[in-house]
Amino acid sequence: MIRNLTNRIILIVVVVALSLWIDLSREILIPNPFSNTNEALFSRNVEPRLGLDLQGGLQVLLEADIPANQTIDSEAMEVARQIVQQRTDALGVNENVITVAGDRRIVGEFPGLADTESVLATIQQTGLLEFVDTGDDLPEAGTILLTDYSPTGETITAGEGEKIYHTIFTGAEIDSISVSPNQFGGGYSINFALKSNGAQIFGQHTAANIGKILAITLDKQVISAPVINDAIIGGQGTITGDFTLEEANAFAIQLRYGSLPVPLKIVETRIIGPTLGADSLNKSLIAGGIGMIIVALFMIIYYRMPGIVAVLSILIYAAIAFAVFKWFHFTLTLPGIAGFMLSTGTALDSNILIFERMKEELRNGKTLNQAMDQGWTRAWSSIRDSNLAAIITSIILFWFGSSFGATIVKGFSLTLALGVIISLFTAIYVTRTILAIFIRSFKPQNYERWFGL
Amino acid sequence: MNILVKRYYFFAFSLILIISGLTLLAINGVPLSLDFTGGTLFEVQFEDGKTPDTATILSIYEDSNIDDAQITSTEIGSVIIRSSFLTNEVRDEVLKDLKTASDSEVTVIRFDSVGPSIGRQVTQRAAIAVAVASLLVVLFIIWSFRKVENAFRYGVCAILAMLHDIAIIFSITGIGAYFFNWQVDSLFLTALLTVIGFSMQDTIVVFDRIRENSNILRRLEYEKLVNHSIVQTLQRSINTQLMTVEFLLLALALFGGVTLQEFAIVLLVGLLSGTYSSIFVAAPILVVWEKREWQTWFGRSANI
Repeated sequence: MIRNLTNRIILIVVVVALSLWIDLSREILIPNPFSNTNEALFSRNVEPRLGLDLQGGLQVLLEADIPANQTIDSEAMEVARQIVQQRTDALGVNENVITVAGDRRIVGEFPGLADTESVLATIQQTGLLEFVDTGDDLPEAGTILLTDYSPTGETITAGEGEKIYHTIFTGAEIDSISVSPNQFGGGYSINFALKSNGAQIFGQHTAANIGKILAITLDKQVISAPVINDAIIGGQGTITGDFTLEEANAFAIQLRYGSLPVPLKIVETRIIGPTLGADSLNKSLIAGGIGMIIVALFMIIYYRMPGIVAVLSILIYAAIAFAVFKWFHFTLTLPGIAGFMLSTGTALDSNILIFERMKEELRNGKTLNQAMDQGWTRAWSSIRDSNLAAIITSIILFWFGSSFGATIVKGFSLTLALGVIISLFTAIYVTRTILAIFIRSFKPQNYERWFGL
Repeated sequence: MNILVKRYYFFAFSLILIISGLTLLAINGVPLSLDFTGGTLFEVQFEDGKTPDTATILSIYEDSNIDDAQITSTEIGSVIIRSSFLTNEVRDEVLKDLKTASDSEVTVIRFDSVGPSIGRQVTQRAAIAVAVASLLVVLFIIWSFRKVENAFRYGVCAILAMLHDIAIIFSITGIGAYFFNWQVDSLFLTALLTVIGFSMQDTIVVFDRIRENSNILRRLEYEKLVNHSIVQTLQRSINTQLMTVEFLLLALALFGGVTLQEFAIVLLVGLLSGTYSSIFVAAPILVVWEKREWQTWFGRSANI
């Protein structure tokens, strides 16, 4: 027999109420009763997040463009991640998530993004700014220059007919950046101030090379190639190019957030159009709904009263699981939905295991209360072991998914594992409590009719 | 009900199913998708009636030095172009050319582009993930059955049942690839890994009953004990599998849209196989092992 039935009921009601509150709101807000201002005591955004397969968007997998046998500092990867994050944030896209996957990859996800081109272009640039001494050569804007500077420290060798220029210093010496309109004509220029070391090098070089060309390159591509008119002392300079405001701003972003410590290349791109996403969402929701209705009907017809209890318990399970997903801002994806449906299957399995056991005990002539107790105790070991095995597998899958940026596997295993854990609670605790309430209220005598024996 | 008497029929049934599918797979090769081989899938939609013909699209690709493009039209009127790996620059170029050639707005429905090196590594890691997961589960079962005689056998039999399910999945994929042009992609991988998890779950439920019964019914002969345990858990297995999980997946297969269809069917067959193997493969092998029946397999009469 269950002791403390009242306590159990209170706990379940509280949990369900909290879950429903989260399920049905976009934001959880508790106003401060002692404050006259509108300041909230507590607030949390619980808007549901849809993955890019459900609302369309862009996913890119970036890989460090460094020979595979060379190890990469994990700190450098983290810095690279932050830079990619800042760069894309500055483009004004929403919900972009950038994560490090494994030891040499970065995944960028941009759900709902329509303009994929500018994002891809921005990410890919390493943002390596160089001030190159080209002597008397006047390179046109856009030409690629071969320089003697390499972020990985390898020596640059020139091919036939190519010339290697000397890099005086790089963007690492830049202290601050601003954008201003050109004094003459349209267009915008970029002003920069150098750190003291850079200012010194810059001053010395310009003093010694009056009349020569100083090319400014971004990712080896010439942006502008001014003639040095005077020695520039003090470290203030301007890159005058015929930039539009957008170009100048994008450029400034690159410079401000620095060059990537590791050069990155795009190894995987996935773009999903918004219509395909919406279509998938609708279809899987319909499929889930139909599946659930059939399952509920089957449970009620076959198990009678316990069946109704199980359906109630599954509904509570779904409410709790959805609330957990929203609260922790888990992104809902198609495989995630599939994982959720499967964990619903596990939740049902636990109920079925218990009910079958109960029926067995009833057939053996036990009283209803004995059968209930035995049903739970005896089914527990198989529920525990089988669910633990499922959780072990989910953890391995999650590890596999996250080290690979295989977000679908990650989403699937996360919802599966969470679902299994929540289902343990509902099957063991909620189903049992509700069944106890039902038995107390209805006092069933005819087992055949009530339990489908 | 005596299930175990016919155990060799069940083994034969599984073997026929596995061998026929795997043979198809061996003849036609494993249809790996671009998730594993690397490459690009580009799905675009043109305005009504302005879809350019295959030759035009092919020549646009050839202009960008991609000469292995394959073009398929879909039911919704879009065009899927598969080719070797396209960089984003080439994609922009192709997109621009498609617009000019068709004189129509071109909507990008899907663009999947995977570099060749990634694919190979995903396959390796997946194999490692499966191996690590099975090892952990075996250890878990051995630990969990530590109070039963020969706990080790339970772990091994659970793995054998799992291998059976993996073989069945590849077999069904071989059949699907032959008749419906299925491809092995990362969703397939997810399905495979799930089946492995659930195969364990089913086997554990049956083994758990054997564990419980072996404490209560000490006198009973092992074969009868196992048979009794299977019969006792049969109702649960049927109800959970056929009625609930399969209903959910069937709904997913029928209404879930093209993306999820193959995934749902593979899962459906795999989970069915998981239940089947726990009853008709894992438990019977326990009995075969206990009786050391292989001594009589090759014509030698039993000395017992």
